[in-house]
Amino acid sequence: MPVLLEIKHLSKSFTIHSINKEIQASQDISFSLNKGEFIGIVGKSGSGKSTILKCIYRSYLASKGEIWYDSAEFGLINMVTAKERQITYLRRYEIGYVSQFLNVMPRTNALEIVEQALLDTGNGIEYSREQATKILTHFELDESLWDSYPNNFSGGEKLRLNIARAMVKRPRLLLLDEPTASLDNASKLRVRELIEQLKSEGTTMLGIFHDIEFMEGVCDKQINISQGKLL
Amino acid sequence: MKDFQTPILVVQKLRKQFGLGCDHCRDMKPEHLEKNYCPKCGTVYACRDVSFELYEGEILGVVGESGSGKSTMMQCLYFDQEVTAGTVSLRSYKNGKNMFAESAQQKRYIRNNMFGMVYQNPIMGLNMSFSAISNIAEKLIAAGNRNVAAMSNRGQDLLDEVNIPLFRIKEPPKNFSGGMQQRVQIAKALSNNPPILLLDEVTTGLDLSVQANVLDLIKKIQRELNISMIVVSHDLAVVRMLADRTVVMLNGNIIESGLTDQILEDPQHPYTQELVYSLL
Repeated sequence: MPVLLEIKHLSKSFTIHSINKEIQASQDISFSLNKGEFIGIVGKSGSGKSTILKCIYRSYLASKGEIWYDSAEFGLINMVTAKERQITYLRRYEIGYVSQFLNVMPRTNALEIVEQALLDTGNGIEYSREQATKILTHFELDESLWDSYPNNFSGGEKLRLNIARAMVKRPRLLLLDEPTASLDNASKLRVRELIEQLKSEGTTMLGIFHDIEFMEGVCDKQINISQGKLL
Repeated sequence: MKDFQTPILVVQKLRKQFGLGCDHCRDMKPEHLEKNYCPKCGTVYACRDVSFELYEGEILGVVGESGSGKSTMMQCLYFDQEVTAGTVSLRSYKNGKNMFAESAQQKRYIRNNMFGMVYQNPIMGLNMSFSAISNIAEKLIAAGNRNVAAMSNRGQDLLDEVNIPLFRIKEPPKNFSGGMQQRVQIAKALSNNPPILLLDEVTTGLDLSVQANVLDLIKKIQRELNISMIVVSHDLAVVRMLADRTVVMLNGNIIESGLTDQILEDPQHPYTQELVYSLL
């Protein structure tokens, strides 16, 4: 299978100037992700799982190493050194990121949030509305919630909205940052079903899971991280 | 999509000093200045060396503490201030010719046709005793329009767009609330369809719900009109909501630039770290 993402000797450290301290978060991480594959990253809190995902998404600047992504627009591109403008493009059109937090414009209702993801990529209003409706139905977000603001949604509802927003753009690569944290078992199973579905549709995914048992059978591979290193 | 990676606006080595400078401070080395001020001759170096690029349809955030040179930079770009040194070029204007070197007449043309500006203080951007719609007409006339009916229609459309009720458009902005004045300014800035909009602390001093209105409006303008914007704010939350990329200014210099979430989650410069850790 062709490789979509290859991480080579990735290291990340943080320099905190005010206390003159250097924190080593990830050390010499290397692995690759094939097209259509789903890899789960496991490890304790603070072991540096999110750091890897954030380096790929460029929310963090990698200190060392290379992250090669096979882009539809730019070809093989190193996410560590790519221009900001290229990253903006990739985030908009090719790479989705789902965290347990929902970060949205104030006073935007659920339907608009999903719709705007499509409007931002240059789609027309009718098409965007239609697709947003479709995906919210698909992810079983109660229709009575569509016109309300997500401020008082439950954790599971927020998460489904978050995933819907990322998925509606049909990204080539989806990064999942602990999507099941803080959810009850029933909601977790729902997420699992969701991920199974995405996988069967051919989405390539890299996800962090605190409790990987839930993902057994869905993951093609597991990666164990401990103290910033690959086990 | 081919223009995606070509900047629409390029600013290089912009410098603005107030005062002549002396032998002590002319090299602008930090050890010779107190922040951006020369203790010997009193010269203020508001912008020392500011360079950045702006792309089509992009919102660029500019953050930094009071006195870091954010507003001076904006005023230089809008030709409110004469720059001391540096260049600025617009892709759509004379193949990227330096606009700072143009004649006053040309600068007026550029200002009226290429830029829209929204000041922090509405008094700077509006004539408070003209009616709201006349304020818009003023900009349209400056840009060369002469057809009253067309200008009146355009003004009404714009004010409607920014939610100023039709029955109040003939009132002068001095009768309006701060949020309304800010929205009239935005309508005025948009009136000549500029490719670039400069927004200087537009939400500062507005209450939260009005702030949300203005942010929503800005986002809508970006999405529907694909206008590039420079958004100056000391409010990191505003920049996080709006900007794709952000530059951080300190003492007249850009000390850090990057994707907005990277600046907020993984700040590199000591000052940026201090700024981000101060976020509530």
